[in-house]
Amino acid sequence: MSILGKLTLESIPYHEPIIMVTLAVVAVLAVAIAALITKYRKWGVLWNDWFTSVDHKRLGIMYIVLALVMLVRGFSDAIMMRTQQALATNGAAGYLPPEHYDQIFTAHGVIMIIFMAMPFMIGLMNLVLPLQIGARDVAFPFLNNLSFWLTTSGAVLINISLGLGEFAKTGWVAYPPLSELAFSPGVGVDYYIWALQISGIGTTLTGVNFIATVLKMRAPGMKLMQMPIFTWTCTWANILIVASFPILTALLGMLTLDRYMDFHFFTNAGGGNAMMYINLFWAWGHPEVYILILPAFGIFSEVISTFTSKRLFGYTSMVWASGAISILGFIVWLHHFFTMGSSANVNAFFGVMTMVIAVPTGVKLFNWLFTIYRGRLKVTVPVLWTLGFMVTFTIGGMTGVLLAVPGADYVLHNSLFLIAHFHNTILGGAVFGYLAGFSYWFPKAMGFHLNERLGKAAFWCWQIGFYVAFMPLYVLGFLGMTRRLSHTDNPAWNFWIYFAAVGAFIIFVGIILQFVQLYVSFRDREQNLDTTGDPWNGHTLEWSTSSPPQFYNFAKLPHVSDIDAFTDQKEKGQAYQRSADYEPIHMPKNTASGILIAICITAAGFAAVWHILWLAIAGMLGAFVAFLFRAYGNDHDYYVQPSEVATIENAHLDKVVRGTA
Amino acid sequence: MNTAITTNLNDTHSETLISAAHGEHPDSSQNTLFGFWLYLMTDCILFASVFATYAVLYMNTDGGVSGKDIFELNFVLIETAALLLSSITFGLALIFAKRHNRRATVVWLLITFALGCVFIGMEIYEFHHLIEQGNGPQRSAFLSSFFALVGMHGLHVTAGLIWMAIMMIEVLKTGLNHRSITRLGCLSLFWHFLDIVWICVFTVVYLLGAL
Amino acid sequence: MLIRNISKAAMVIFTILLSGCEGGVLDPKGQIGIDEKHLIVVATLLMLIVVLPVIFMTLFFAWKYRDGREHEIYAPKWAHSKMIEIVVWLVPIVIVIILGVITWGSTHDLDPYKPLDHQATPITVEVVSLNWKWLFIYPDLGIASVNELAFPANVPVNFKITSDTAMNSFFIPQLGSQIYSMAGMATQLHLIANEAGVFEGISANYSGAGFSGMKFNAIATATPEGFDAWVAKVKQHKQLLNPDSYQILAKPSENNAVQYYSSVSEGMFNHIVMQYMHMDSAMEMSPHSSHSSSEHGETE
Repeated sequence: MSILGKLTLESIPYHEPIIMVTLAVVAVLAVAIAALITKYRKWGVLWNDWFTSVDHKRLGIMYIVLALVMLVRGFSDAIMMRTQQALATNGAAGYLPPEHYDQIFTAHGVIMIIFMAMPFMIGLMNLVLPLQIGARDVAFPFLNNLSFWLTTSGAVLINISLGLGEFAKTGWVAYPPLSELAFSPGVGVDYYIWALQISGIGTTLTGVNFIATVLKMRAPGMKLMQMPIFTWTCTWANILIVASFPILTALLGMLTLDRYMDFHFFTNAGGGNAMMYINLFWAWGHPEVYILILPAFGIFSEVISTFTSKRLFGYTSMVWASGAISILGFIVWLHHFFTMGSSANVNAFFGVMTMVIAVPTGVKLFNWLFTIYRGRLKVTVPVLWTLGFMVTFTIGGMTGVLLAVPGADYVLHNSLFLIAHFHNTILGGAVFGYLAGFSYWFPKAMGFHLNERLGKAAFWCWQIGFYVAFMPLYVLGFLGMTRRLSHTDNPAWNFWIYFAAVGAFIIFVGIILQFVQLYVSFRDREQNLDTTGDPWNGHTLEWSTSSPPQFYNFAKLPHVSDIDAFTDQKEKGQAYQRSADYEPIHMPKNTASGILIAICITAAGFAAVWHILWLAIAGMLGAFVAFLFRAYGNDHDYYVQPSEVATIENAHLDKVVRGTA
Repeated sequence: MNTAITTNLNDTHSETLISAAHGEHPDSSQNTLFGFWLYLMTDCILFASVFATYAVLYMNTDGGVSGKDIFELNFVLIETAALLLSSITFGLALIFAKRHNRRATVVWLLITFALGCVFIGMEIYEFHHLIEQGNGPQRSAFLSSFFALVGMHGLHVTAGLIWMAIMMIEVLKTGLNHRSITRLGCLSLFWHFLDIVWICVFTVVYLLGAL
Repeated sequence: MLIRNISKAAMVIFTILLSGCEGGVLDPKGQIGIDEKHLIVVATLLMLIVVLPVIFMTLFFAWKYRDGREHEIYAPKWAHSKMIEIVVWLVPIVIVIILGVITWGSTHDLDPYKPLDHQATPITVEVVSLNWKWLFIYPDLGIASVNELAFPANVPVNFKITSDTAMNSFFIPQLGSQIYSMAGMATQLHLIANEAGVFEGISANYSGAGFSGMKFNAIATATPEGFDAWVAKVKQHKQLLNPDSYQILAKPSENNAVQYYSSVSEGMFNHIVMQYMHMDSAMEMSPHSSHSSSEHGETE
């Protein structure tokens, strides 16, 4: 085998004009961005203050930037699928041949779940959670940086697959035996495996890190049942991460052995059992959707209680409902394959367990309703997202319970009804939540407000676009249209397929508006500064810091005695107090180790995809050496002197006084 | 408080963990140990998944050998004894580490290391023997899952041995300070955890398989 | 009884909403499909009992308690009410209990493995999913066909289903349930057509490049005689399905035309299944048993 393994010049898809044009556009954009950074001399800032940062707030922002970039990528896939289906009716071939179309729907699923929703969720959690519990950072700041770069590493690999070789043509679940070498001899599945494996390990480490943070780093006095609700839902999500992502790691490991070393875990030959893969996949995959949705539930709770200027109704119920959802989320995986031929008892059990999840979820909805009840609801952008969610998600929940009835699933399984359902919950639930959180915490993270009008316009495009794009899919499901069809030949479907394509374009406008909103808000930032750090009269501790928060978060660790800790401080007149005796603050130093390790691992992952043995070994060794350097370095931390703290704090408090005066 | 830096370089082939903590922050070593314990719980689920797969596939021999044909209990018993003994010797190493007895710590670590090598050596011999006889992991789903489960444990032990070697150098060079004792504590958790996993492997794979 | 009446009323509404929608699962032509449609309607109606009030309350509360309506009560510290909490837990619980009971019963009634209770003698069809076409073997008649399936209406059909490639799902939307086809095992499905017609059959689980064209016509003949005529037509094609010709058929092809085999060698279906059966002891072929073992593994 050559020194480059399976990699040759033929691996570049010259003959695919669509891909080549995409690559050209990406290249032009990359050069333009690089030129801009060079022009404004920002490379140093980028490296020193961001890439090597161990500050949870900066990592949070970088996660969200990654999520937005991947949203564009994943959404391009979505637009291509919708246009392909719209053009390929009545037996027409459309513009995408199956081998390309099949990669697109696989990439769309993987990107949206693993590289858009997950980084978005983890980004918001990074940004907010340590502030909410009154901590100066997470328990293991360097590990946090490494997790981010491992996630990015996976995203990089999946994007390389666009220009070198191919991506998997298996659907995002990569069920064997289709994903085995016998049916997928190309490198597509290998890209899938390594992109997911590397980012999955990053996610597992994030889960460990944040559980340790929540259990060990809370502000003095803060009991577990006084943690803000977003922190609680994130904690449940982290427990799910820690309990489910190792299953994915094991599963991908076994698929790797099957493909690389001729093992027989899931092959047709040799006694392999593909059903085992499907079981294990969903033992991870089902908790995964709750990992996505639970933090979004937390965001809605924060938003509703802030913008009604009211305490959250039924805090205890909310905490335990989230817990119940987490635990139940682990014993329902079989509902993803009722049609595999399990006995009626097994199917019925898993069906009923799935429905039980509707109970705590319903309770949450009612609790949000009763938080609005007798409040003073300010209809801001985050609130619009929340209201849109409450209506949309309720419909998605209903169709979900319907699919949980095995008898109904026997005819709706794998149909577009299912597609409509999970977009209804993941998009109308999780993503709406992240976008609510995005506009809610944006002033906190960046120090200036987002343009409200453009935000509302974007919301309405998303909301209307969502219904136009996905309600037809429910109908198509009833009409017997199954998922992943590259072309169709049924006149009864055509109308609804065109309808859905229109919806995708309305969402497209929404996404564009969101980027315009970012641009306009940045341009006008001087007029929209958040000087107080508390633009919404917030309840929780993140609003007690400046915007953006001081790098050490809190000059003095707050003492907490109430769920709405900051409201409590404000009412007792303890907020914004100057102090004469700040103590030195112990802080971690930035480090390049995380990004260096991730670069080595990316190289190793790429090498594994193409069977370049020497590079795989070199990559792993490089990562190990970089890691040892980190472990045996002695220059990891420093102290912020009281005088510096006093200067920063006084400047902030002066601004608060001016801002409120 | 923020100095506790624990990290895992973790893939399907190797695990390594080294943590750094500063002497003046007693909290940090608590955080590190707790974080590492959490990581071990994820590892536990990793093993559980492979155990589950083994439980499903152990009958799928594809006309080839089954556990009864290839397991030699006496051999595995010696292997097991070496690993269990190494847990005790590691315990002694840790006791001496906490008493700041550098020499005794390193000696006991060395004995632990040797026992670990015995275990790994015997496992490599067993695998080699099986592959020679045409019973490699490619032969059947049963053998695939057997090699994967036992091999994954073996890779963990190997990673532990590399870590142990590094720790011996660290203790010899920088002595027993807060940082190295915390790291030894993590390694000890790791080592005992692998012992527990092995007891499960021994029972589920070898004992039940040979009966 | 009440549920039946409600569902009948709802059926009318659904029909109006989806008027012009022919084919698909809301236009069932077989008993299983009809029962499943009823189930969908009943479950939906039950859930609307909670869903509609929630949507209404969301919009109403958001309107009523919006900022600036100073005459409305404002209770910023009110965050707990035992009464409300009990109600919001109880209402979903009650609905889920009712749905759960319906689910338990219907899942057993509609179990794809359960033979249909019908006076006519069922016919057996063995189904094999290939890349990318469907092979139907009639073991009792010794014939086979590709991408065309026929059976008399009002006669139960017992399907035994396997795959000689990736996993597919055997699905005739207008007749009801689907079931996966998997290599090395035979799954089962029991369907019946209540009226004559030609129904579209598909694979409902993506299986690679030619998946979209993996379609077949399921022909329910009005009379047994009609079916006999179809059988006679098949027998006119002097093609033989034996292990050799099967190897040719099994090669990947897309949008495969209909093919007929006038005779099939004995045990063809078993041969296809057994090439991937690799247990050391004779185990049951159905995934029922495999499932219980995997679940056992899961809880370890």
